[in-house]
Amino acid sequence: MGRFIARRIWQGLIVIVGVTIVVFVVTRLVGDPVRLMLPLEATVEERAAFAHALGLDRPILTQFGDFVAGAVKLDFGESLWQDRPAFQIIAETMPRTLLLVAASMIIAVVVSIPLGMLAALRPGSWLDRSMVAGSLLGLSVPQFWLGLMLILLFGVTLQWLPTSGIGDWKNLVLPAITLALPALGRLAMMVRSSMIDELNKQYVETSRAKGMPYWRTVTIHAFRNASNPVVTLTGWEIIRAIAGYSVVVETVFAWPGIGFMAIQAIKQQDLILLQAIVFVVATVVVLINLLMDFAYKAIDPRIQLG
Amino acid sequence: MASVSDVGLTIGRTANKSRTRSFLGELWQDKAGFIGFAFLVILLVVATLAPLIAPYDPASQSLVDRLQPPAFAGGTSAHLLGTDNLGRDVLSRIIHGARVSMLVGVAVVFLSGTFGVVMGLVAGYKGGRTDSIIMRVVDTQVAFPGLLLALVILTVVGPSVPTVILVLAINGWMVYARVTRGTVLSVRESEYVEAAEIVGARPRRIIFKHILPNLSAPLLTLGILEFARIVLAEAALSFLGLGVQPPQTSWGLDVATGRDYIFNSWWLVTIPGVAIALTVLSVNMFASWLRIQADPLEREKRFAAGQGAV
Repeated sequence: MGRFIARRIWQGLIVIVGVTIVVFVVTRLVGDPVRLMLPLEATVEERAAFAHALGLDRPILTQFGDFVAGAVKLDFGESLWQDRPAFQIIAETMPRTLLLVAASMIIAVVVSIPLGMLAALRPGSWLDRSMVAGSLLGLSVPQFWLGLMLILLFGVTLQWLPTSGIGDWKNLVLPAITLALPALGRLAMMVRSSMIDELNKQYVETSRAKGMPYWRTVTIHAFRNASNPVVTLTGWEIIRAIAGYSVVVETVFAWPGIGFMAIQAIKQQDLILLQAIVFVVATVVVLINLLMDFAYKAIDPRIQLG
Repeated sequence: MASVSDVGLTIGRTANKSRTRSFLGELWQDKAGFIGFAFLVILLVVATLAPLIAPYDPASQSLVDRLQPPAFAGGTSAHLLGTDNLGRDVLSRIIHGARVSMLVGVAVVFLSGTFGVVMGLVAGYKGGRTDSIIMRVVDTQVAFPGLLLALVILTVVGPSVPTVILVLAINGWMVYARVTRGTVLSVRESEYVEAAEIVGARPRRIIFKHILPNLSAPLLTLGILEFARIVLAEAALSFLGLGVQPPQTSWGLDVATGRDYIFNSWWLVTIPGVAIALTVLSVNMFASWLRIQADPLEREKRFAAGQGAV
């Protein structure tokens, strides 16, 4: 157990360092950060002074070492765009993203599990067929467009809900649904197929023969056994939502989370903020991966960590 | 001699023909799969012949005709799907946008597929140190925040069709490597590969003649599903302004343009999105048929149940 944790933490560190190296190689070696951050009409002297002020004129390895040393202390430098520590901006926006992802994942899990189970009870029935069709449709629709369609329907036509920004719970509804729907489709399909496999096993037959109520067999025994791939997929969905989909959804709804900030940093040519965001997101993803490993163990005692 | 090869040729041809026919025949059994396949074929033709089919130049502006609704919503038949904020014909832009989607999708699947399969073959066949290094790289890169890194690279290098293709290809090769390696590992242990090795076949012959054919079915399905994912990714990048750049057209780009006019010109944001959704849905419907078709176990289940694939 201890060795397993140590190995996973080690692997996580490799991921974080790898992401940082990619960001450094791309921004420092492939591109020119000074040219990117300063306006075109800047003079040679201005460029040199700027590069010197940010330490961009030093060897890349020194810069990398400084960044890592700073990152350990949560010091990522000053955001050029907002003139304050990059970490302060991240600390402000990250909780909003986590709130959005949590709300959407709760929606996805709470809806997909009963839906997938009901479909699995009668494969081929109209309920099953419409669930499969709906899931397929849900994961084929581009997320940014789905968000805009919801804005068009609930914000513009019906005027029930606000379409952008942050405020009370009403602002959370549309972005959370948008972020949830594709995940809901994939999860429902997964619940359905693993439940179908499970319900075909012998013990289901046995427990029925012993007189156990069918609903109990389905919910307690079969679902518990079928839940493992569902947990894996949920973990993946959380990671994908934080590290990718939130960028798109937050941009559509102007939800000021970390993904929205990443796009703003790009628009403002603020590489300091951008590299800090990528680093923190990579770290959060690694932490969630670690948590997922323990979740498997808690759900399925048969799994030996090691 | 000539007649013998002629006979061989004819046999080959008829075999080919009947194979095509049985492919379409079996596909016809699954209506969703057939519709998906038919839509993709049409889309491919439209994308290839875009300049001949499109009624207007997708970039030609006409400010007099700006923001006209589609013909079915009160517009004129001159612009079947209406016009955008610069008076450009939406239908023509959709047709030309199909080109970009298809090009990016096919190119990325080809590039990342080739690289991933080669890596998977090497890892699975060589084993040992090589295997663990390659798979360590795969595991690490899978845990990367892919979209964010893609945004960083595109910001620095500058967004364009070639850079989008490259970035998406770099992001997507790992899944091919995993599938390939898994299959190679299981096939490698089989008796016919062992027999080929004993006979003295070279590694290259074993890989291409004995191992690769086992991979064709899973890789085909994977490639098609990845194609759908790539179409969505290109659209998202272009929507964020870091993909295809004007004056080129892309469905994602057009949704972004339409976003500013969502309050009074709903068709600008709706129509390109429908195009993306229909394309991806078709790919998914075709792929779900293909997956079952390519898997002998699933096929047996289906014939036993006596019903079409779902």
